[in-house]
Amino acid sequence: MTSTTGGTSGTSGTSNSPGTPGTPGTPGTYSPRPGAAPLPRMIRAQAVLETKMLLRNGEQLLLTVVIPTLLLVLFSAVDVVDTGEGKAVDFLTPGVLALAVLSTAFTGQAIATGFERRYGVLKRLGASPLPRWALMAAKTLSVLVTEVLQVLLLTVIALALGWSPHGNPLAVLLLLVLGTAAFSGLGLLMAGTLKAEATLAAANLVFLLLLVGGGVIVPLDKFPGGVEAALALLPVSALSDGLRDVLRDGAAMPWGDLGILAVWAVLGLGAAARFFRWE
Amino acid sequence: MGNESVVQVRGLVKRYGAKTAVDGLDLDVRAGTVTAVLGPNGAGKTTTVETCEGYRTPDAGTVRVLGLDPVAQAAALRPRIGVMLQSGGVYSGARAEEMLRHVATLHAHPLDVDALVERLGLGSCGRTTYRRLSGGQQQRLALALAVVGRPELVFLDEPTAGLDPQARHATWGLVRDLRADGVGVVLTTHAMDEAEELADDVAIIDAGKVVAQGSPEELCRGGAENTLRFTGRPGLDVGSLLKALPPDSAAAEVTPGAYRVSGTVDPQLLATVTSWCAQHGVMPDRISVERHTLEDVFLELTGKELRS
Repeated sequence: MTSTTGGTSGTSGTSNSPGTPGTPGTPGTYSPRPGAAPLPRMIRAQAVLETKMLLRNGEQLLLTVVIPTLLLVLFSAVDVVDTGEGKAVDFLTPGVLALAVLSTAFTGQAIATGFERRYGVLKRLGASPLPRWALMAAKTLSVLVTEVLQVLLLTVIALALGWSPHGNPLAVLLLLVLGTAAFSGLGLLMAGTLKAEATLAAANLVFLLLLVGGGVIVPLDKFPGGVEAALALLPVSALSDGLRDVLRDGAAMPWGDLGILAVWAVLGLGAAARFFRWE
Repeated sequence: MGNESVVQVRGLVKRYGAKTAVDGLDLDVRAGTVTAVLGPNGAGKTTTVETCEGYRTPDAGTVRVLGLDPVAQAAALRPRIGVMLQSGGVYSGARAEEMLRHVATLHAHPLDVDALVERLGLGSCGRTTYRRLSGGQQQRLALALAVVGRPELVFLDEPTAGLDPQARHATWGLVRDLRADGVGVVLTTHAMDEAEELADDVAIIDAGKVVAQGSPEELCRGGAENTLRFTGRPGLDVGSLLKALPPDSAAAEVTPGAYRVSGTVDPQLLATVTSWCAQHGVMPDRISVERHTLEDVFLELTGKELRS
């Protein structure tokens, strides 16, 4: 991330100058030599910048790292919530992993993107050579990188707390990816349609409500039957339930939960693509 | 180089709801020149420029930038233009130099970032996050972001609004260097001296239309020899002066104590004015026959009442 002088050739832009960037004031310093950088370089640079912005933001770290970690440690160690049979950590870890995905792909992404829209960052980048789809790809990459870090951290902590995971890693990966797609779609829909302040408030509120009502730390069977059935259809419930089926109970492939996540992903991403406003 | 148009706007109309922001506007920008789009607040400057940048879709009319349609051919156009927004455009948590390096990375042959940072005096804020920069530093960073990709044409929306005199001159210096190296510049401003100082061409727009276009000299020449100014006591009886003058003349107290006589300014008229002053016991200080300033032209065309 330090190289800035163009070393790449073969761009289609005009090149009508020798193009040695000189010292300020030297004639020819600003001679036009336009051209887009190669796409992979643009996407990589954008993803690195997005990730840096996220890791530098204290509130975001609170949401994505501190809260999931605290919940995992606190509720595993202290018997506050009745998590049913078995070790608390075996119930909690899948839920907290789902919460981690929610915090990054939905809450964090919605708030960050909402303010980028508000401060004209999306507009400014819209005038750069970076295509819009590539900007979104970079955002997704940045979310995935953050999630990998979260999963690593939470896994280490959970193992230290005596977690004994089971099941098919591929099923876990598929759940996390579909969950990310579903939350990203909903987060971007919110960021691209509401005012930044409204997004900030709503995204945090949704995070809190889903934390309580999404089967993350409170088992859904604690709720009355009708409510439980409705809550089970939420994306975070599907993700935490699916992860629990695999990691705690050793299920092969939780098709029902994958199906719910897929529907949310299609609806969320479709609506975001349709209604997202860049300014 | 040559005289081909790098921006060609024909009959542009842009409405926001019931409000017509741009109303049948024509504009040409010649390659390698500085064009100032001058107008009062709300005249349609930003809308015009943002349509050229591909942010707005015209409701009627055509816009071609470097021969391309800014909306339909955005992907081809974007790498070739530089854009300075009126405000914002940077991650609030990004450091000035970090953002500049990032945008440089998006281009194939960017400028040397260190040299550009030094050129615009941004060295001291390299490690400062955007939200902690002063307004002037934010402006200069936005300017740097517009030029770092070595574009053929840059659009600067009010590049010196709110800058202190030093920063303003640094910005003017950069615009001159861009022009000298063959980069076309389109800038919006409501600062007359900026347009007069920098621009090869000025388009004065008001209520969404171009009301005058030409070089600053051409715009000022209309009636250049036809103005006589003098200063004296405030509150002189301009009506009585007017009676003494030939029929095609006009006289006004522009600001208290500053008088302007326009018409056919010849020795006879000068004699008439001085003798009128003598009759009224007025010592006309600083009597001068002068060319219009761009400000005169501007106020004449766009009126003096305050705009919201």
